[in-house]
Amino acid sequence: MSILVGKETRVLVQGITGQAGAFHTDKMLEYRTRVVAGVTPGKAGTAVHGVPVFNSVTRAVQDTGASASIIFVPAPFAFDAVLEAVDAGVALIVVITEGIPTWDMVRITRALQDHPVRIIGPNCPGVITPEACKLGIMPGYIHRPGPIGVVSRSGTLTYDSVYQLTQAGLGQTTCVGIGGDPVLGSTFTDMLRLFQDDAETEAIVLIGEIGGTGEEEAAAFIKAHVTKPVFAFIAGQMAPKEKRMGHAGAIVAGGHGTAAEKMAALKAAGVTVIESPAAIGQTVKSVLAQQGVVRS
Amino acid sequence: MKLHEYQAKRLFSRFNLPVPFGIPVGRPEQASAAYTQLKRRCRAAKLFTCNVKAQIHAGGRGKAGGVRTASSAKEAKAQAAALLGTRLRTHQTGPEGLPVTRVLLEQRVEIARELYLSITVDRALNRPVVLASAEGGVDIETVAKEHPQAIVRESVDPCVGLQPFQARRVHEALRLPDKFARPFGQILSGLYDCVLASDASLVEINPLVETAAGVLLALDAKVVLDDNALFRHPDLAKLRDKRQEHPLEYKASQVGISYVGLDGNIGCLVNGAGLAMATNDIIKLSGGAPANFLDVGGGANVEQVTNAFRILLSDTRVNAILVNIFGGIMRCDWVAQGLLNATKTLSVTMPIVVRLQGTNVKEGRALLTGTTLPITAVEDLADAAQRVVALAQ
Repeated sequence: MSILVGKETRVLVQGITGQAGAFHTDKMLEYRTRVVAGVTPGKAGTAVHGVPVFNSVTRAVQDTGASASIIFVPAPFAFDAVLEAVDAGVALIVVITEGIPTWDMVRITRALQDHPVRIIGPNCPGVITPEACKLGIMPGYIHRPGPIGVVSRSGTLTYDSVYQLTQAGLGQTTCVGIGGDPVLGSTFTDMLRLFQDDAETEAIVLIGEIGGTGEEEAAAFIKAHVTKPVFAFIAGQMAPKEKRMGHAGAIVAGGHGTAAEKMAALKAAGVTVIESPAAIGQTVKSVLAQQGVVRS
Repeated sequence: MKLHEYQAKRLFSRFNLPVPFGIPVGRPEQASAAYTQLKRRCRAAKLFTCNVKAQIHAGGRGKAGGVRTASSAKEAKAQAAALLGTRLRTHQTGPEGLPVTRVLLEQRVEIARELYLSITVDRALNRPVVLASAEGGVDIETVAKEHPQAIVRESVDPCVGLQPFQARRVHEALRLPDKFARPFGQILSGLYDCVLASDASLVEINPLVETAAGVLLALDAKVVLDDNALFRHPDLAKLRDKRQEHPLEYKASQVGISYVGLDGNIGCLVNGAGLAMATNDIIKLSGGAPANFLDVGGGANVEQVTNAFRILLSDTRVNAILVNIFGGIMRCDWVAQGLLNATKTLSVTMPIVVRLQGTNVKEGRALLTGTTLPITAVEDLADAAQRVVALAQ
């Protein structure tokens, strides 16, 4: 088991003929992900790394049975691309694109409120279930199958954390980057719910950062519903107020969204909060060994 | 991207939001003529006093002496001269202050009541939200902390937009007299049109005043635009005032690098925003102080790394550098090459600690071992942080 993606996932790449789309299609195929179709309007009939290209998502889904989409189209066209994938009935949509206007995401999340679709991102590295499916841009080789679920708002910080886990002998069920934007398709809470229900996930690592209230909501959810051990690191402990720290969503605004508030909320919910970003792998390992979840 | 008050008020006018008469000027000589023109427009009798407001991207101007008054053309010129060309320091600017390159001469009004009104995106609900308070004119953060019940929140469905009944509900919650129901509704609906049409992250009127004459007026205006949406607002993008930005932050943004100046002496070069924040954190935990946050970007190349180095080296406070790269798409050997290029072209004498991990890490480390530069290559982030902190002292 795992969450969101597995060996059976049939992947569609929107924006497959672009530089990033083509590059990562190659990397996903290399990881043995079942990339079955690509979409670029006007490029039907061509192929990218052997993957057939279609003009529309509907056509691609009809012909290939694609069940998940990964979007690389540039920000000005991402709004349309997401809605097109939803219209075609794709159940899981990962939006890699960075720079989508916040109001576009406000409209998308509202429009999809009643649809049975899950959106991950935007501005995220995607989702990976080690040795089964890489629906994202993360370096595949750092991951190993195992009992830890990882959910994060970052890219490279997630890779670093996952690498630490792997080095500590702790593999992962699934790693999800939910994205660095202020308005996201999926929240920490959404992913915690899936990890809690996943039989193979034995512990969860949450990598948060300043801005918004996603970590505080996660803390409330953990307190009420999560029985598995949860570990957290919050980036931006020393970030100044009212400054956007790289990610559009990483900003302490109106006095809210500080790392200290988030760390306190998570601690109060029984989460093991890790202060140093270099101590994630070792802390998870030693705490789980103490609890008898894994061998030391 | 922030707008100046005078720019925000111009934007407000386009949505029929009532603002005081005002004229922005950039030179003291222009202030006398502006005073006379303003006096005429206000149909003032003999005695006419106007405000002279420094235009900077920060609040707290009044307390810092950035808002003055003038009762003659001569005085207007003198007050403008006293502000223009100076740096104004408020509680929001930091010790170096912000340059005043424009002042707004504006009609003064007698205030009977001060309100707070803003629209932003509620990140917990993914929806627009109206925030209003009968306690206007003061720092809304303070109100939120001390009397959270004094803030009225009205959540808006983005599919249908703000409805008149919602405006009536806010009006009622603020306990405004009935005669303001209609003008207040018009202001709120204009503000909603404004936030939508300009793709703003925040539009704020603080204070929205009831004048002694019984009219509602936006006395101050704050607009923060969404940088990600500027591609579809070229007219608004032109309003960017780079003089209000930290010079290195501006320089970095021009080459696609995210940079935020901090108070310390350790320069940081990192790929990815989360990892860059975490790098700042671990330096602090190790007893040091970072000089900056710097995210060179996920798909950066040799040239980008060279650009990032140029920025760090132009910061005179920096006396040691920590490079922290987790190679994914970005290969460690590219980073190493960029580092070598940068240090060759710019004569570098300060110590550099490099922590490389991930894709092509061996090739990257190999490139760095053969140099005569003051570079220490390490594998572990905690070790790297400790070393750079020691070297910076």
